Amino acid sequence: MTTSRFLFTLQLAFTLAVCAFLVVPVVLSMLAGLTANYLVGLSSGLTLRWVIEVWSGYRDTIFLSLGISVACLAVTLALGVPTAYLLARSRNRLARLIEELLVLPVAMPGLATALALIVTYGVYRGFRTSWTFILVGHVLFTLAFMVRSVLAVLSAIDLKTLEEGAASLGARFGQRFFHIVLPNCRNGILAGSLMVVTLSMGEFNMTWLLHTPYTKTLPVGLADAYASLRLEIGSAYTLIFFLMIIPLLLGLQALSRPRPSRFIPDDSDPTAENRP
Amino acid sequence: MNPDPAKPLAIRLQSCAKTFDTGVRALEPMDLAIDAGETLVLLGPSGCGKTTTLRLIAGLERPDPGGKVFFDDREVTRESIEKRNVGMVFQSYALFPNMTVAENIGYGLRIRRVPAAGQRARVSEMLSMMRIEPLADRRVDQISGGQRQRVALARALAVQPRALLLDEPLTSLDAQLRETLRVEINLLLRRLGITTVYVTHDQTEAMALGDRIIVMSHGRVAQTGTPREIYHHPASAFVADFIGTMNRLPGELVGGRFQCACGSLPWSGGNGDIRELLFRPEDVRIADDGEDADLSGTVAAAFFVGDRTRVLVDAAGSQLVAESPARCTLQVGQAVRLRVDARGLLAL
Repeated sequence: MTTSRFLFTLQLAFTLAVCAFLVVPVVLSMLAGLTANYLVGLSSGLTLRWVIEVWSGYRDTIFLSLGISVACLAVTLALGVPTAYLLARSRNRLARLIEELLVLPVAMPGLATALALIVTYGVYRGFRTSWTFILVGHVLFTLAFMVRSVLAVLSAIDLKTLEEGAASLGARFGQRFFHIVLPNCRNGILAGSLMVVTLSMGEFNMTWLLHTPYTKTLPVGLADAYASLRLEIGSAYTLIFFLMIIPLLLGLQALSRPRPSRFIPDDSDPTAENRP
Repeated sequence: MNPDPAKPLAIRLQSCAKTFDTGVRALEPMDLAIDAGETLVLLGPSGCGKTTTLRLIAGLERPDPGGKVFFDDREVTRESIEKRNVGMVFQSYALFPNMTVAENIGYGLRIRRVPAAGQRARVSEMLSMMRIEPLADRRVDQISGGQRQRVALARALAVQPRALLLDEPLTSLDAQLRETLRVEINLLLRRLGITTVYVTHDQTEAMALGDRIIVMSHGRVAQTGTPREIYHHPASAFVADFIGTMNRLPGELVGGRFQCACGSLPWSGGNGDIRELLFRPEDVRIADDGEDADLSGTVAAAFFVGDRTRVLVDAAGSQLVAESPARCTLQVGQAVRLRVDARGLLAL
């Protein structure tokens, strides 16, 4: 009895310690953003002054980051889901090769990818200076996450036979794709979307090279603020980032719960004894 | 697309061969005519081409150039499965995990844009026909294997297909359930009078369900016939061995009797160079004391299987299988004499 209680206490303490390790810096950083003077400490009082200052100075970076991550999600969905479907349908060596190639931008340092993009497309001034240049980098970086998570779900089900079953009932390709394929990889799509949005929102090292003074994203602005302004402003910036990303994550998590069924024939009797 | 759902469909394959991209020849050129309303069983070991034949009929595979598929008198070789209006049941059931039981059954109707009320009525009808009404709004991962098989059948039949194609539908079920469902499917097919092609490797299933059986081996038809013809008059050693157990006894014809090492058997099937006679275990029995017998040997083993005892007899080097009443008390090593029913003797 005493040993098990001791073990329980030990486990609890360990868990709390790990939680503290993860959460305390975050809380301290957010608090710093609300402190009147960080060097004096909390005794200097709480203020929204820094948050307001970030909002007025860096508002456009926040909207740009939101815009890019939504656009990035749209592009990775449009490209990634059909790619994953094709890869799942053709399990040959070429498909394996493409799957590996897709991961390359993830494995390479972001700076290297960014440099390659600049070398290749830098001469097109209009493109180089527009936000779509950053979008291309983000899509390169995040596409593999979408493809992988959808492919993982599609590989776990017998997609070919499911489609044959639907076809035998008269469903054409489009109907099969929207009625059978998409709903059955829903969880993979949601998991992939979660990854893509958060990665695009927080991407720094590639964006650092790709951005121009007019296309600054939130993490680039954050670095800027830490480097050139008061620590409180940088921390207030972090606070705003959290306020944006956490509702988004919670929303996507809620979506991925199993949905209830709809179709219930009127004369079914749920109490009837079922034959073996 | 569906001229007259009440009229069963006749299906014809004309020199249909199938070679896969890998170069493997799954099916040698095959001609096959399936009568309207008939239940045809394609039977054979795995890799014999039976499933490929079914998929050619379904439209899931295209025959090699030159092969043609006809539904009644219309050629459908180039038509994809979604236009052929055939009901298909897969070994893995292929139920849609994102839909409930009722949604699965109603899917074909939804594709055909049947009005909602009509869909509900037909789904209810199918649920009650398969006796699975209480499962209507369960998800397919919340029901048992036998129930899934019923849902798969209901889904295939809901759209009133012109033919029903079943690919090893009972293989993934346990023995007892398989037997129950086999009887159910048999009654259902008789009642519906629908043209059915049933693929299986299980000869018991084939015998119980088929109006006609096609035994296949290595991409070719080994024999076509009714279950009785195939069982009692196998055309080859392969068919004889694949369908049930067959005793084989080497020897030669000497003056109207077939002489072998362990005795002799009466033979009236004509002369010719006969070196081997075949007979089924149920045509051999252990002779009583004092009774005339044809063969003799010693008991090598006896397996009690409930309703009877299967006796393995070592007859001068040949292993023979005989069937005995359940209550016989034979000891291993005991000398026995065997009587063979002359009507069951076969020569290939």
